[in-house]
Amino acid sequence: MSAALLIDILLWGSVFGVGLIAFRRGPPVFKASLREGSMDFINIVPRIALGVIGSGYIAAIIPQEVITGWLGPDSGWLGVATAVVAGAATPGGPVIGFSIGTVALKSGGGVPQVVAYVVAWALFAFQRMILWEIPFMPARFVWFRCAVSVPFPFVAAAIAMVIGKP
Amino acid sequence: MKDPAPADDGETRPKHARKPVGWSMIFIGALVVVCVTLVWRRDGIDGVLNILTHDLWLFGEILPRVLAGCLLGAFIAEILPHEKVSRALGPKSGLKGLLIGTAFGAILPGGPFTAYPVASALLAVGADFGATIAMVVSWTLIGYGRAVAWEIPIMGTDFTLWRILISLPLPVLAGALGRFVYVRIYPQPAAKDDET
Repeated sequence: MSAALLIDILLWGSVFGVGLIAFRRGPPVFKASLREGSMDFINIVPRIALGVIGSGYIAAIIPQEVITGWLGPDSGWLGVATAVVAGAATPGGPVIGFSIGTVALKSGGGVPQVVAYVVAWALFAFQRMILWEIPFMPARFVWFRCAVSVPFPFVAAAIAMVIGKP
Repeated sequence: MKDPAPADDGETRPKHARKPVGWSMIFIGALVVVCVTLVWRRDGIDGVLNILTHDLWLFGEILPRVLAGCLLGAFIAEILPHEKVSRALGPKSGLKGLLIGTAFGAILPGGPFTAYPVASALLAVGADFGATIAMVVSWTLIGYGRAVAWEIPIMGTDFTLWRILISLPLPVLAGALGRFVYVRIYPQPAAKDDET
């Protein structure tokens, strides 16, 4: 898992970097933001706990096969719309999302549909929203962000239809 | 509209007064209870415990990163000059603000445990919904982190680069749409009372 290690190094490196800048503004600034960050952490832990544990159960109820079935080779805009719903409903992390996309490509799914699926997964995957976005962001922002993002998997599919395959 | 975002954020800086339990959390909690019950009826108590141990393990792994993300967000909120942020990313920042948000989302290191705390910090120091949406959408669609770690190995380089190319205009468009809708739904700055 060297990728995970690299991420951790980058992450804590960034924390250290901005922490140093804050410290040079003076210890009170540093202490205040340290306390603020820790309080955020304490407030967020129960939400993350609910997200992690809860999404495991939700994922168990929506098996992958259901999602793959939705991504059949039926093309056209109905296929795109189905792909968008499938992307939002895909349980699990990036491995599962991208693997389903690959399977769909190999088993004859249309390219615009797979693009719509991947983009919709990136924008709306319920597990990431429950686990990360809702705990950290104001609820109003999350719903607003999702609502205005709805057209964009379709836009991506349209661009894919226009410019063709990779 | 006159500066909706900075108006409530000026002198006192009301921290993000989070309600410990919001409607979103109640909804998720209810959903989880239903799903736990379904798993229990399908797989028995062993199925429930299996998922629980796996998820608790995952929770333990995630926790340090969450701490790092929270600290990162807090430090960034503290060291970014508020006037500059609201000028560069505020409601009147125009296309430039959306582009800055997009660029920021694309280069941000780490995963969701950095993107969302940092986005939340930007909102707190004067970025508007539009620029923050551009940042979040850019992070998720054209950020290099997930592409390099997962998408290229699984979906292949050709598909990934092509998919990112298609996605390039989307963050700015999403941010612009967000701004367009926002000023129509929340015309007055006063719309924020429900949060405090």
